[in-house]
Parts: sequence; C-alpha cells; structure tokens
Amino acid sequence: MTAQLPALQILLPMLASALCVLLRSPAGAWLCFTLATWASFAVSVLLVLATRSGAILSYEMGGWEPPFGIELRIDALNAFVLLIVSGMAAVMAPFARSSVLAEIEQTRVYLFYALVLLCLTGLLGISITGDAFNLFVFLEISSLSSYAIIAMGPNRRALLAAFQYLIMGTVGGTFILIGIGLMYMLTGTLNMADLAERLPAMADSRTEKAALGFIVVGASIKLALFPLHAWLPNAYAYAPSLVSALLAATATKVAAYVLIRFIYTVFLPERAFDGLMLSELMMALAAIAMIAGSVVAIFQHNVKLLLAWSSIAQIGYIVLGAALVTTAGLAATTLHLLNHAVAKGCLFLALGVIVWKTGGARLSDLAGLGRTLPWVGAAFVIGALSLIGVPFTGGFITKWYLLVAVAEQELWLLAGAVVLSSLLSIIYMGRVIETLYFRAPSQGTTRSEPVPVLMLTSVWLLALLNVAIGSYSEPFAAIARTAAGQLLGGTP
Amino acid sequence: MQTFLGLYNFWVVIVLMMIGFYIVIAHDNLVKKIIGLNIFQTAVFILYISAGKIQGGTAPILGEPGAVYSHPLPHVLILTAIVVGVATTALGLALIVRIHEAYGSNEEDDLLVLDRREDSP
Repeated sequence: MTAQLPALQILLPMLASALCVLLRSPAGAWLCFTLATWASFAVSVLLVLATRSGAILSYEMGGWEPPFGIELRIDALNAFVLLIVSGMAAVMAPFARSSVLAEIEQTRVYLFYALVLLCLTGLLGISITGDAFNLFVFLEISSLSSYAIIAMGPNRRALLAAFQYLIMGTVGGTFILIGIGLMYMLTGTLNMADLAERLPAMADSRTEKAALGFIVVGASIKLALFPLHAWLPNAYAYAPSLVSALLAATATKVAAYVLIRFIYTVFLPERAFDGLMLSELMMALAAIAMIAGSVVAIFQHNVKLLLAWSSIAQIGYIVLGAALVTTAGLAATTLHLLNHAVAKGCLFLALGVIVWKTGGARLSDLAGLGRTLPWVGAAFVIGALSLIGVPFTGGFITKWYLLVAVAEQELWLLAGAVVLSSLLSIIYMGRVIETLYFRAPSQGTTRSEPVPVLMLTSVWLLALLNVAIGSYSEPFAAIARTAAGQLLGGTP
Repeated sequence: MQTFLGLYNFWVVIVLMMIGFYIVIAHDNLVKKIIGLNIFQTAVFILYISAGKIQGGTAPILGEPGAVYSHPLPHVLILTAIVVGVATTALGLALIVRIHEAYGSNEEDDLLVLDRREDSP
C-alpha cells in the first residue's frame, strides 16, 4: 500500500474529478470534493513522514524504469509542497459548501468542483513528478482548469481576467516547453535527475544557457514575479471566493517550486547562477516586487485586489530567499511557501465569508462588519498580523529566517527592503482592519441568516494554524532545512 | 551561407515565433490574439520536430535491420503539446464568445473602456 502512495497522490483527485461529473448533484459533488481532498491530504502527510529525514522516494509510473519511463520522485521539498497544496484544499473544503452555492449557478456546481479537482491534480502532479516533460503536461492541466474556474466568477470582468491569464499563462507554459525541448536536444533525456547528470558535460554551450533563460522566464510568468505579474491581480480579484483563496494559497507556490527545482536540481546552482547574473537579477526583481506590490496594495478599494497585490509583494520574499543561494535563504523560502499560503488562505477565506454575507468585497462593504461578525473579523486580524509578520504568527518566523539569511550575506539594502515592505503591509492591512472595526456599517443589504458553521470552521482552522506555526515552528523548519540541504547538495 | 541554409528550420522557428508573439502583444482583437498564440505555439512544434529529424532517416517502423530511423520521441512529445494547444485555443475562443455576450465587443480597448466607465458612474 505505502509503495503506491505517490501514484495515489495524483490519482485520487483525478478520479474524484470524473466522479463529480457523474454525480451531477451539487451536494454529491461537494462531498466527493471534500473526501478526495482529505484523502489526498492524508497521503501527503504520509509522504512527508517518509521523506522528512532526507530519504528520497522514487516511483516508476506504469513499471517503466527511469530514465526511460516517467518517474515520480519525492524528496523533502516535493513532499512539503504536496503537503501545502493538498492541506490547503482539505482545509478549504468545508468552506466551499455554502460559498460555491452562493456564487456559482446551481446547474454548474458539479462542473465547478470537477475543474477545481483537476486543477489540484495538475498542481500535485507538478510537485511530485521527476520528469521535465511530464511537469509541462501537469502545468497545462492545472492552468487550463484554472482559467475556466476563474472565468466562473460572478462579475463579467472575471471573463476578461481569465482571458488575459490564458494569454500570459500559455506564453509562460510554452516558454517552459521550449526550455525543456532545448535541454532534450542537448542530452536526449527528460528525467530531471538524469538531466542533472548529463548537462554538466554541455557546460558553456549557448543552448544550455538559452534553455535556462526560457525556463526561468516561463516559470516567472506563472509565478507572477514582477514585471510579469500583470495577470495576477484581476484573476484573483474576480474569481469565485474559493478559487481566489485556493489559487493564492497554492498556484504561485507551485510555480515557485518549479523555478527552484529547475535552477537548483536540474541546472545545479553553481552553473545556473554563473555568467547570467541570475542571482543579482532575481534579488533586484524580488526587492522591486516587495515594495511596488505593497505600495500599489495601499491604494486599492477592492479588498480582493488589495490582497492580490499583497501576494505580488509576498512572492518577492519567496524569490529573494531562493536567489541568495544559501541554505538559510532556501530554508526561508521553503518556510514562506507554507506561511504565506496559510496567512493568505486565511485572509481570502475570511473575505469569502464577508462576500457571502454582503455580496461585495469593496472596502465600503466591509465597514463595521468586525462588530456584527466578530468571529470573521478576528480571523481576518490574525491573518493580517501573520502577513505583516508579528511575533507568534507564522509570518514572523519566515521574516526572521529571511532577515537572518540576508544579513548573513551582508546585503543590508535588501534587508532594508524586507523591513520597508513589512511596514507598508501594516498600512494596507491597517486600512482594512480600521474599516472592519471603526466605520459605521453601510446601509447595503446583507443576508439575514447566520454564517454557516462549516465556513467558520475553515476560516478558524487556518487562523489557528497561523498561530500554531508561529508558536511552534520547529517541525516545519526542520523539513525546510532538510529540503534546502538537499537542493544545495546537488542530488535531487 | 552554410550556417544559414543548414539551420533553415530554426530560422523558420524564430521568424514564426516572433510573428506570433508580435500579434499577441500588438493586436487588440481577442480572436487575433488567439491566432497569434497559435502561430507562436506552432513555432515550438516545428522546433521539436526538427530535433528528431535525421537526414535520410525513414519512419521508425520495424523493417529491414540496420535502417536509419528518425527519432520518434520528439514527435510523440509534441503530439501532446499540440493537444494542449488545441485545448487552449478552444478554451480561449469559448471565453471570447462569453466576453462578447457580456460586453458586446471583443476589442480589448473597448472592454477596458467599458470597465472604467463602470468604475466611475
């Protein structure tokens, strides 16, 4: 049974997606979605337990021996990303029940769940596979389904946002495809571990540098790294609440994983960072993203847009850690994948409850809700504190690790950028919290029935998780250090 | 001259890729954007297929021993990418239909103007 876990990780959501289409009823589809995400979360927990000491699991898909067949390869970083993706989906499943019924047409609910599950399949597949071309296929599975679920948002702007994401996303995906093709021409292999062994013989070849360039740009589009972030704010702002929360918590994390995996495992850091000034470039872009994202967030009136712009700033932190090429930096990045997912997931879910209640996500819709919906307001505040990086929240842990890693390299300017971006986040989150608690409620119509317990459960699970990681981060930090060590050790 | 003619396929790839990319960036019409995207992807298909070609090679079907075969794997890989391209085009066109229903236009400029008008009533 345990030997088949890697395959189950992808197959569970994939088969559940087909089952959703067969079930057709909204309640049945939700139940199917919930059970599938919980089961795949259980699988990823088992995988983390199996790999956290530094062991590497290899699974031969269909019994074909790698490097000829497709290999699923799980080390500490893979398992950690799998845990984030499936964990977030599992926590958000109870929330989905009422939120989706309120925002999606009754007759399309089962298709919506099927697509969300397909998107999860793609994200989990990207994180688990050890084959470069297989990664591209899963990337397109997750992308295509996410364009469709973003377009199901209630406002007509969701359509245009989805279309713009489709254009940018396809260009990004195709760039990754070109990069993989060039590597294949050089080496004749698609297996990542095998590529890592064969590419050094091609060092100094211009084709190899071009391949690296294409993959870095392609992954950066998917990651929404400044200045390739144009698709992200609208896509997150106009998508249905569940999709905003789920994609914000998982999709960019997986894209960051793709970038790290290719640079560190396939090209090996000493060659990837040599000659192209990649490290300096990534640091500079990360710093600009941190500050520009936060500044733009301050001026937003739609809270979903505000959170989306803040995501762009947070992606800066993730990339900054990866660009440092040190164990401490990579460990900070790995931890931030988790902490940003938990904090942003909590904020988007709390906002999702407010959208369910009032029908809108503009600041004026939020006025005074902290008093009428105390539980939701409190969860939002916890998420906001974690995003800012207040002690005893998850966000503090990663900012601490990141600052230590930056200080280790004596890059004081970057340390200043991290601190400045945190200060700016106090301003934009402060604005929302001020509106939540100190403004008179607006006269708009709100739903009269109380907030469903299932919705609150999801929101509070994430809020408590923020505090739990902030108070006791050691197990996650240990995994992050193992992952960083494996990445720099050169073996995938 | 040799490098130019010898790498003929790759020149075609670059030219097609740039044409496609230019259309995606420069045109406001959403349908034209999708067509540009298609040309861009086609360039990549040719890139892959060129990589598998061997001069004088035949189809990789089991026949007389010692025959020279073209490499079949890039073709198989790109078949997958073609399917992805078809799916992307279909989804893109479906979105355009919905956009036209909702806004009454499929020129990006018009759509942005309509959105802005909605923001400032």
